[in-house]
Parts: sequence; C-alpha cells; structure tokens
Amino acid sequence: MNLAYRDVRHNLFRFVLTCLGLSLLMAVVLAMMGIYNGLVADALNIVRAPQADLWVVEAGRQGPFAESSKIPGATRDAVARLHGVSDAGSITYQTVEAAFAGKTLRLYIIGYERGHPGGPDVVVEGRGIGQSHFEAVADRKSGLVIGDRIALGRNRFEVVGLVEDAMNSGGDPVLYVTLADAQTLQSQLAPPAARVLEARGATGESGDTVAAVIARVDANADVDSVARTVRQWKHLSAMTQAEQEDLLVRSVVDRARRQIGLFLGILLTVSAVVIALIIYTMTMEKLKQIATLKLIGAPDRTIIGLIVQQSIALGAVGWAFGLMLILLIKDYFPRRVLLEPINATALAGIILVVCILASGLGIRAALRVDPATAIGG
Amino acid sequence: MADPQSRLIIDLKAISKHYGAGETRVDALRGVDLEVRSGEVVALLGPSGSGKTTLLNIIGCIIDPTEGRVWLDGEPVYENRWLRDDLRRLRLDKIGFIFQFHNLLPFLDAKDNVALVLQLAGKSAGEARRRAIELLDYLEVGNRKDAMPALLSGGEAQRVAIARALANSPRIILADEPTAALDSKRAGIVMDLLRKLAAEQDACIVAVTHDEKIYDRFDRLFHLRDGRLEDQEGSKA
Ligand SMILES: Nc1ncnc2c1ncn2[C@@H]1O[C@H](COP(=O)(O)OP(=O)(O)OP(=O)(O)O)[C@@H](O)[C@H]1O
Ligand SMILES: [Mg+2]
Repeated sequence: MNLAYRDVRHNLFRFVLTCLGLSLLMAVVLAMMGIYNGLVADALNIVRAPQADLWVVEAGRQGPFAESSKIPGATRDAVARLHGVSDAGSITYQTVEAAFAGKTLRLYIIGYERGHPGGPDVVVEGRGIGQSHFEAVADRKSGLVIGDRIALGRNRFEVVGLVEDAMNSGGDPVLYVTLADAQTLQSQLAPPAARVLEARGATGESGDTVAAVIARVDANADVDSVARTVRQWKHLSAMTQAEQEDLLVRSVVDRARRQIGLFLGILLTVSAVVIALIIYTMTMEKLKQIATLKLIGAPDRTIIGLIVQQSIALGAVGWAFGLMLILLIKDYFPRRVLLEPINATALAGIILVVCILASGLGIRAALRVDPATAIGG
Repeated sequence: MADPQSRLIIDLKAISKHYGAGETRVDALRGVDLEVRSGEVVALLGPSGSGKTTLLNIIGCIIDPTEGRVWLDGEPVYENRWLRDDLRRLRLDKIGFIFQFHNLLPFLDAKDNVALVLQLAGKSAGEARRRAIELLDYLEVGNRKDAMPALLSGGEAQRVAIARALANSPRIILADEPTAALDSKRAGIVMDLLRKLAAEQDACIVAVTHDEKIYDRFDRLFHLRDGRLEDQEGSKA
C-alpha cells in the first residue's frame, strides 16, 4: 500500500487547500514570466511587423525606437534605387492621445506608404487601408471597432480594419494611417512655437520628413554591403534588422526587463521558501507516526518515500493548478501575457528541485527521530 | 514457573544504561540480569523513573545499553556490531510492540494498520490483508476492520494494536502499560488474550504495568527500583 497516497487521502481537504495556496503562488510566478515575455515580444513585434532587412535612419541617432529620428521624405527613392534593394518604404512613428467615446486613448500612430513595406502585416478583421486619406487600421487592444470614427488633430479617421499584438514597448496600441495623414497630423500636433517657425519657413526643413526608411533586400544581395553604401551618405545611418532588434531589447526594454527579472527572482525565492516550509512542517507533524513506523520495522526507504512522494505530489498539483489558473486569466491582463511551454517546464523543474531539497530537510529530521519516542511513558 | 522444555528467549546480562554525562548523568539501569523463556508472561513493576521503559527499549533493540549483553532468541544482539538495518529487521520479524496509547497510523484503517507490518515483512498485499482480517477476527474486532483509528474505542484500538504486534508471529511481545488506557474489565480481557497468545504462539511477553488488579495475570513480577531488578514470583506460579 502506498502510505503517501493514503495519508493524503486521509487529510484530503487540507492537502487540497495547501495545493490551492501553492497554486496561487505558482500562478503569480507564471504571470510574471508571461509579462516578461510579453514585454519583449511586444517590443519586438513592432520592429518585426514590417519584415524589413534594413532600417535607414538619421545619422548619429539610434532611431526610430530608441531615439527619435528625422530624415527627408525623399530618402525613400534614393534607397529604393540602390543596388540589391527590392523595396523600400517611408515610415513615421508618434504617440498621441486622442479623446474617444469619453475616454482618452493613448495610441502609437504608424504612418506608412501604401504599397510599400511598413503597413499592417495581418489584418484579422475588416480590411487594410484602401484610400490615401482618413482611414485607419487599429490594434484590437485599443478598444476601437470597425466603423468607429476617431478624431486625430483636425481630421476624423475611420477604423476599417483590426490587427492584433501591435503595440509599442510602452504598451500603447498601434493605429496605422497613411504616411501623408501621419505627416499632416505631426504638423498639426507640433508645439505652437514650432508651428509658427515652420509657417515662416524658418526651420529650413520641408514638412516632408519621415522617421525612417525600411528596405527589403533581394535574397541574393548582401544586407551589410547595402548598409555600408547607405552610411556613405553623411546624414544617414543604417541598421540591419538584427541590429535594430538588438538595440531595442538593449535600450528600450532592458530596464523593464531587469526590473521584472529581479522581481521574478524574488518571487521564485519566496515560493521556494514557502514550499520548503510547508513540506518541513508537514513532516514535523508526522514525526510521531514516523517513529511508530520505524518501531514496527519499516525501512528508511519507506519513510523517505512517504515524504518525497508527498512533497512532489504537492508541488505537481500546485504547479498544475497554477498553470490552469494563469491560462484562464491571462487574457484579462491589460498587456500581453505570453507563456511559452519552456516557462512552464522551467518552473516545473525548479519546483521539483525545491521539493526534493525541502524533503531533504524533512528526511533528515525524520531519520533522526528516535523510534523510542513512539513509546509513551 | 515456566515449562522446563521452553527455550530462553530474552537473556540480558549485566545491563547498565546511563543517560547524559557529568553532573547531569542519570543511571537508569545498573547491572540488570533478566531471563524470560518462551510462553512466559512477565511484568515489570516499579515507581516512575525506575527504568522500566528503558529496559523495555533495550530488549526491543531501540536503544543500546551502555554496558552488558543482550541475546534474543539465542542470538547476540550487540556483540557482532549489527548494522542498524539488521536491528530493524529483527524488530520486524521477532518483536511486537504494544503501546500505552495504541499508536495506530491515523491514515490507515484498522485492517491496513495490521496489513502494513505483514507487507513490510514481504507478504503480498492480498495475503497481508487476508491475514490481517483473520487476526482482527481472532481478537474480536473483525467487525471494525474498515474503521479509521480515530473512530475506534480505546479497547478496540488497543486490540487492533495487539493484532498488529502479533502479525508477524513475533517471539517477543513488549508492552508498555498496555492496559493503562482501558477500564479494569477491558484490561483483564486484554491480559487474558495476551496470555492465550503467548501460550499458542510460543512467544514471551514482557509488560510494564502499574495496574495492581492485573498482577495475577502474570507468571512472574519483576520489581525495578533505582535501576536494579528484584525478581518476585507471580501469583500464577
Ligand atoms: N532519553 C533520556 N535522556 C535522559 N534521561 C532519560 C532518558 N530516558 C529516560 N531517562 C531517565 O532515566 C530514568 C528512567 O527512565 P524510564 O523512562 O526508564 O522510567 P520508567 O520506569 O519508565 O518511568 P515511568 O513509570 O514514569 O514511565 C529516569 O530518571 C529518566 O528521567
Ligand atoms: Mg515508562
């Protein structure tokens, strides 16, 4: 007969209660892992969405995500003419706050040229932008639905399509508009002083500026050599897709990631201590029974089996409940909670190790207990 | 006196046991000799702190004597430096314990508390259970075989505990105040049962007791005083 199982069955209510408590803790740990992944994934999504090979930005700037970048709109034609470049598109990024249905929406506006790289990748509902003005494609998390009309600057935009998982590293949902609309919006929303200067033509810049030009390179062309060519233009700088992703993760996401990472570490430590305490007290409560078992001649492995099996059962059930719980609630988080199988597996591994270590403590106490303590008097 | 053809089961020579050292040293036993033969039922009497439990624990291979030698069923116990595991095996095969409080495992029902020791001794699950139920029937608690210990009365629990002590047909049954938790009628019944078992299974019984009403159920009474043993013939001699 399996003593661990019989003991659990005898104290089933308590065991389940303990497992539930543990599973809440596990759910928090998993949520933290998911938030961490979500943060990185969201940030990278924005960079990956245009499926670019090369990012052309303002010289000396780490744009357009880590730092702002401003280059002339004509850059796109120059880049498109380069040998090896198959397609290029201008793109702008800006964060705006817009009043909608009595609420203030914070949106990350991406302006792109229709027919060139930079637009929404997969439109999950509705359609892509079909006209050159006043249409928009929004991320579902913005709360906008197809047919909504939202005022941006002095114009109203109609939402014609929805995308998913498009947001900047701050979690602001994306709204795609055409490049021309985005540029208009940019000048309308610019600070009054800048607008006055611009009206007098004092800035020396035309209104036609974009944040970056993204380029796709022929399959047989060398991205690095194209990048070198671009860098020869003194006012421009070029980054490959890999460099851009790396930059984003290092500069934009890094601190948030370290913050969450550290918190995750603390959470894991706390969980480990809690699991260890539970298992240790579980064993301590059974010392008298363990003494009796020893007295009637049960071998050590029976006693070790009892403790180890129970703690592993506790960890496993807690983990499973926790996983179910987080899978049930993860979509209610305001930002993406992205759980990879590897996270759940890693947590299972950690819990297993903690359970075994904690049972080690209990086993030490159990093996030391004198069978004589089973005899009263 | 016991039957002269009976075998010597418990043989203690010059057993001493000290606890602690220096000023806090306690001499629990001082030079105890004890011989118990198969079929005998003997009592250990004595005031509190006189060393009764200590002596029982030494016979039960639970603690080592500081000095002296122990033979159980003809085999020297400590002389050949038995490993701990061999002591455990010895306890499993040859010794049955009955406690003042029954000490049944609370998470196993009556029959499985008994079956457990049979399984530990290598019996298959089915066989262990069959024999456990047989034993419970024999001790007249067969009707409670599926009850959890918490739901058994004191007398029932004690009989289940006796069934457990007997399960592996031990040569030696050690009982520390087996009747202390029972009323005098039940105490008499339990003692009669133990006597019957000792006779049938050719085992010996050593019981610690304070209960004068059951003194007449023993073949011999040993008085412990300050760690020394004084033999005294029992009323059944
Ligand atoms: N583990 C121990 N450590 C130190 N001293 C002990 C230990 N066990 C027993 N003693 C001491 O040894 C002496 C004998 O103890 P023992 O338990 O054998 O007495 P007893 O006759 O069983 O008493 P009671 O009738 O109260 O059960 C006592 O003075 C006790 O304090
Ligand atoms: Mg005692």
